[in-house]
Amino acid sequence: MTEGATPLLELRGVSKVFGAVQALSKVNLSVPAGKITALVGDNGAGKSVTIKTISGLWEPTEGEILWEGKPAHIHSPNDAEALGITTIYQDLALCDNLDIVQNLFLGHEKLRHGLLDETAMEIEAREVLADLHVTTVRSIRQPVASLSGGQRQSVAVAKAVLSSAKLVIMDEPTAALGVAQTEQVLGLIKRLASQGTAVMMVSHNLVDIFAVAEQISILYLGRLVAQGPASAFDTQMVVEYQTTGQSTRANAPGVEAP
Amino acid sequence: MTDTVDDQAASGPGPGDQPSASGAALGSAMTEEALVALTPDAADSLGDYLRAWWLRIRGGESGAIPIIIGLIVICVFFEVKSSAFFSSANIVNLFVQAAFIILLGMAELYALILSEIDLSVGFVGAVGAAIALALMGTPADWPWWAAIIVGMAACLAIGAFQGTLITRLRIPSFVVTLAGLLGWQGVLIYVFDTDKGATGGVINVTNSVIDDLVSGNMTPVAGWIMLIVAVGLFALTSVLSTGRRRSQGLSAPPLGITLATVAAVAVAGFVLVFICNLNRGVLTTVQGVPWVIPVLVIVVVIQSFALARTRLGRYMYAIGASPEAARRAGIHVARVRTITFALCSFVAGLAVVVYASRLGSLSVGFDGGTYVLYAVAAAVIGGASLFGGHGKPIHPVLGGLVIAALTNGLALLNVTTAVTDMLTAAVLLVAVGVDSTLRRRGRTSEV
Repeated sequence: MTEGATPLLELRGVSKVFGAVQALSKVNLSVPAGKITALVGDNGAGKSVTIKTISGLWEPTEGEILWEGKPAHIHSPNDAEALGITTIYQDLALCDNLDIVQNLFLGHEKLRHGLLDETAMEIEAREVLADLHVTTVRSIRQPVASLSGGQRQSVAVAKAVLSSAKLVIMDEPTAALGVAQTEQVLGLIKRLASQGTAVMMVSHNLVDIFAVAEQISILYLGRLVAQGPASAFDTQMVVEYQTTGQSTRANAPGVEAP
Repeated sequence: MTDTVDDQAASGPGPGDQPSASGAALGSAMTEEALVALTPDAADSLGDYLRAWWLRIRGGESGAIPIIIGLIVICVFFEVKSSAFFSSANIVNLFVQAAFIILLGMAELYALILSEIDLSVGFVGAVGAAIALALMGTPADWPWWAAIIVGMAACLAIGAFQGTLITRLRIPSFVVTLAGLLGWQGVLIYVFDTDKGATGGVINVTNSVIDDLVSGNMTPVAGWIMLIVAVGLFALTSVLSTGRRRSQGLSAPPLGITLATVAAVAVAGFVLVFICNLNRGVLTTVQGVPWVIPVLVIVVVIQSFALARTRLGRYMYAIGASPEAARRAGIHVARVRTITFALCSFVAGLAVVVYASRLGSLSVGFDGGTYVLYAVAAAVIGGASLFGGHGKPIHPVLGGLVIAALTNGLALLNVTTAVTDMLTAAVLLVAVGVDSTLRRRGRTSEV
């Protein structure tokens, strides 16, 4: 945990049961503000259930969620959105036929005399993309269908920024990308965090995780088995925690193993 | 970054290749690149603009250009083969023939944008038009506008009902509107048999205003005034909107392009009004623009505006491409879809009023089942997509004109209906084939 500061988001003893399946069991997860947290775990460890619980798709069976230190009631994606939690799933949820500006403002269009204010939206979109150093698009008026995977990911991130999210959850942001595009998206994640937005990134890729993450939280069979600053881990430890739920160096400084 | 390289390779040399002076001031190569990349369309010179435009065409955003070229080729071909094609009588006839299919195509367009289909537009429109005609005829004798309002409201209600079945009960639109195709035809026959305004399965258009919609003409002077006002408004809005964009530092087409577009519209309008104002009567003088043309223009403008400039329109396109993305963006998907089906039926009602005005009556023989297919063909030939998320009201206009020009021109050449149908089919396939080939080149994702 980060030196006593109140975490942006905290899960306390959160459990989730589906029929006979215990998907999450007393998870105590904390996400510090303005930092990049990697949520790691093998298939079936509960990563998806965790992010879906945080983003309001599923309600926890027991336990509580604290937002900025206060108990939060997240019953629907709208509740999460209202708090400032934006989730970017792997399919990115973009409309291929709309251009970048239209996608960025979808559902939150700016109006002028009751009509769409394209000029204002385009200006703001340009600013956000410039802040994120999204550099390779030909025109912000080109349809999203013509963008590369990395560019699409950038648009999805910019959309989160525009919604003034305080926490952006990204599900496997680099899974489908090539080397250069992965580089581009990781840079984007770092800039997002440097602007003060907390990022929780679900990933399998240890190289990516160690490249950007400031905190690592590891799930194993529905339990949080380790959590601490990324500097306290090495690849070997993360692999051990992921596959066995424990590490031969379990007492490494800074690593909590509840 | 390979990304950049890929993009450059795909798009070739473009205005984005020259770093702008303003970018250099910001120092880092990254920022400079960003500025260049984000403002490549800020082409204030004509050459840059044309290059950006060519890039868009090559990127698959060809817009209406291919179909306009196709339409011109068809018209020139028929004029060469039969000098009667560009005669005043024939051109007016062509527009009058096309008006109904164009309007029905615009109705169908709403369903197509959602990636759905509405097979019932013909008969739903006919039910609304029959109600309107019956109310303005004897014995009800309502004023024409009140009768039209009630008839079109009935269409809206039917559309909303079908839309509710589709969105709430999740019955596929194909099935709901197939039931509509059958059921509303039944209702039509039932109404025609019992309504006193209908004798022998026919409701006559007795109101002179509705009759004049297609058969009546503006005076030549009124036609010219209308043209001047329309072109003036178009020029004003074009110049104002590009001016506003430029004053905010956004890219806008250079003034030359705006003026050229306005000039092209003015010339096309001039030719049309000029031809319509020639005397086409045989025994008496018949001249002037038929009222249906300005009505059509107004309907197209209103719909284009609504689809491009309102939230509702934007949401229709979003849902057509990805209902899931729309839902996650907080859009009330079911509500928007229901409204869209209601609008679809509403415009269909207008279409059948125009149909009845042209024939002077509406009868049980109204072939709504076939007309639906022509409506889909008009929208798709013009450039709308069956896969949803694409299409503008101008597309069924162009597609409807192509179909009408083919039918009309081939009739002038005394070609049989059999051949006409086969040629129409070929044009449909060629138009869609060209369009999907161009579009596919611009996509990076599957489909």
